[in-house]
Amino acid sequence: MATTTPDPAAVDSQTLTLVQAVREGLYTEMKRDDDVLILGEDVGDNDGVFRATEGLVDEFGSDRVMDTPLAESAIIGTSIGMAVRGFRPVPELQFMGFVYPAFDQLVNHAARFRTRSRGRFTCPLTVRVPYGGGIRAPEHHSESTEAFFAHQPGLKVVVPSTPYDAKGLLASAIEDPDPVVFLEPKLIYRSFKREVPDERYTVPIGEANVLREGSDVAVFTWGAMVRPTLEAAETLAEDGIDCHVVDVRSIYPLDEETIVDAFKRTGRGVVVHEAPQTGGMAAELTSTIQEEAVLYQKAPIKRITGYDTPFPLYALEDYYLPSAARIEHGIRETVEF
Amino acid sequence: MVSVNELQSMYENMVTARHYEERLQEEYLEGKQPAFDISAGPIPGELHLAAGHEASGAGVCQHLRDDDTVTAPHRPHHIAIAKGVDLKRMTAEIFGRETGLSKGKGGHMHLFDPEVNFACSGIIAEGCPPAVGAGLAAKKRNTDSVAVAFLGEGAIDQGAFLESLNMASVQNLPVVFVVEDNDWAISMPKHRITDVANGARRADGFDMPGERVDADDAVAVYEAARAAVGRARDRNGPSLLEVQVHRRMGHFMGDPEGYRPDEDKAAAERRDSIERLEADLRGHDVDDETIDDLRDRAHERVEEAIEWAKDQPEPEPADAYEDVFVNPASGVTDSEPSVAETGGDD
Ligand SMILES: Cc1ncc(C[n+]2csc(CCOP(=O)(O)OP(=O)(O)O)c2C)c(N)n1
Repeated sequence: MATTTPDPAAVDSQTLTLVQAVREGLYTEMKRDDDVLILGEDVGDNDGVFRATEGLVDEFGSDRVMDTPLAESAIIGTSIGMAVRGFRPVPELQFMGFVYPAFDQLVNHAARFRTRSRGRFTCPLTVRVPYGGGIRAPEHHSESTEAFFAHQPGLKVVVPSTPYDAKGLLASAIEDPDPVVFLEPKLIYRSFKREVPDERYTVPIGEANVLREGSDVAVFTWGAMVRPTLEAAETLAEDGIDCHVVDVRSIYPLDEETIVDAFKRTGRGVVVHEAPQTGGMAAELTSTIQEEAVLYQKAPIKRITGYDTPFPLYALEDYYLPSAARIEHGIRETVEF
Repeated sequence: MVSVNELQSMYENMVTARHYEERLQEEYLEGKQPAFDISAGPIPGELHLAAGHEASGAGVCQHLRDDDTVTAPHRPHHIAIAKGVDLKRMTAEIFGRETGLSKGKGGHMHLFDPEVNFACSGIIAEGCPPAVGAGLAAKKRNTDSVAVAFLGEGAIDQGAFLESLNMASVQNLPVVFVVEDNDWAISMPKHRITDVANGARRADGFDMPGERVDADDAVAVYEAARAAVGRARDRNGPSLLEVQVHRRMGHFMGDPEGYRPDEDKAAAERRDSIERLEADLRGHDVDDETIDDLRDRAHERVEEAIEWAKDQPEPEPADAYEDVFVNPASGVTDSEPSVAETGGDD
């Protein structure tokens, strides 16, 4: 895939965690464009509940980093109004489970502003949403409902799995003319640090990222599931099973070309995600592959996902989330089919 | 006038609730220090403790029966205790154990007890519309039970709350809305989220009675709630109460409260409603021995509940499929490695 991004080794950079990279991305965009502003619950004086907006209110003032009342519908709706009038709002929803009061504004309004006005209005809005499990939080603080958003025409949905992608995808989301749901895998907010260039760069929306080249099986995943997937791939490599691992990164639009190519070169596919299986994005990937590459297929495409149950409380959380062991097992089954 | 017996009952509820939070705090922090690790210890995840809120739960629930509905928010323990929720099973739920109220699947924000018609939700203001529904159910069934929805002052801008006020009013339902004003919504002081200092004034817009109880005072809450619950029970419609409480333990355990001036916290702590009620008890000639007895009994109950809860088993993985309609356990599980193989962990 062509990329517009600089090589972090060749430019000035710092090592950052994913959440620091989000903060860095916000800072960079706000420096660059006065119309970029942040609004949400506890994003100002409290630096955001996950510290993603740390220090930004001191840097840019409370006019551009706005603590709001606790009213998600108003937060997203207000952002729509500002976006339509030329601003680039980046509202934060504290947790993905708090989107529902704002769901109407997002799905019924933000997603449709451009089409309803026949393109005479745009709605350049980036909704930041920490999501996913693994932090021992209760169910509404742990879910992955990316499929809800991907299902709605008019919304784009992206998920970084590295600090580098976090900053670059955020820049793309903010400059995009359409509303983008920017999902942040909070399990890996602070799990590791990577080099992130100081300068501005973009990671384009709609481009998957091949993390590992392989010839036996293509494994598609995103967000916090990338790490256990790579771990499984390493283990399998010792047994001579060669995984081609793709970080899907852009949930909507999907990078069909990269996904289908990956499948064609292996003839086998596995999709790993946290969300429950039924109606999850794995089904969409599977269908896409079937439509484009059925003649290459050597085995059923396997879905390794959360279970079709509500997200369980801490004692059972490790059973629910795909682990490296489960992923490894599923890949073996696919290869041995 | 409130009777001595009722004062004692409220006092016992309040010291139970306070001691409960103090003990949960200890249990919760175990293993999470020195660097705060939210996923460690016997109670992983968030914990919103209600120390400082006791007057509200005790003063309101003093007027309630088991068949009255209560919906509570993310900070529910004091309300649950005052409503008579089974303390042992509630504690087991908080520890995520199989014998918990929700078989260890809900956690501390999701406490449900049909014995006393108690429910809660971690989503702010989400309990308001169901309380209106419980009020409508009571009306249709022609009973005199009532429904009470508790929420924080930070939640009063949610549509769910405002829509509920209107629905309850226009249908003339036996519902009481109780806004617990602890001055803060996480980092947001009340004056930054509303221009209306007296939240009870919102009732005016719906043509229902609204009253604000301005002090951390269980007796004053009791009196205001008597009028509101009585009005509901007598089929005279809904009311809105806003009661001043305070927050002693941060928004959640581990909240460094960097946004909160020390003086604010100190001032809040000085408004201790338990001390105030104790003075009231003495004013009613209740002697030290009786007060000590009430307190000892409360402490014992709490210790017993915690000890029992920690002894309970954790839920089994297959329990996840119980009590919820889902596709029959799908192909995912059949071909999965066993838990013994994966250790349930990576
Ligand atoms: C719809 C929704 N948005 C955000 C949250 C996150 N949240 C949990 S508690 C809280 C503050 C609530 O403040 P308040 O209602 O005053 O209650 P308090 O915590 O002070 O008791 C917030 C923002 C939530 N639970 N639900």
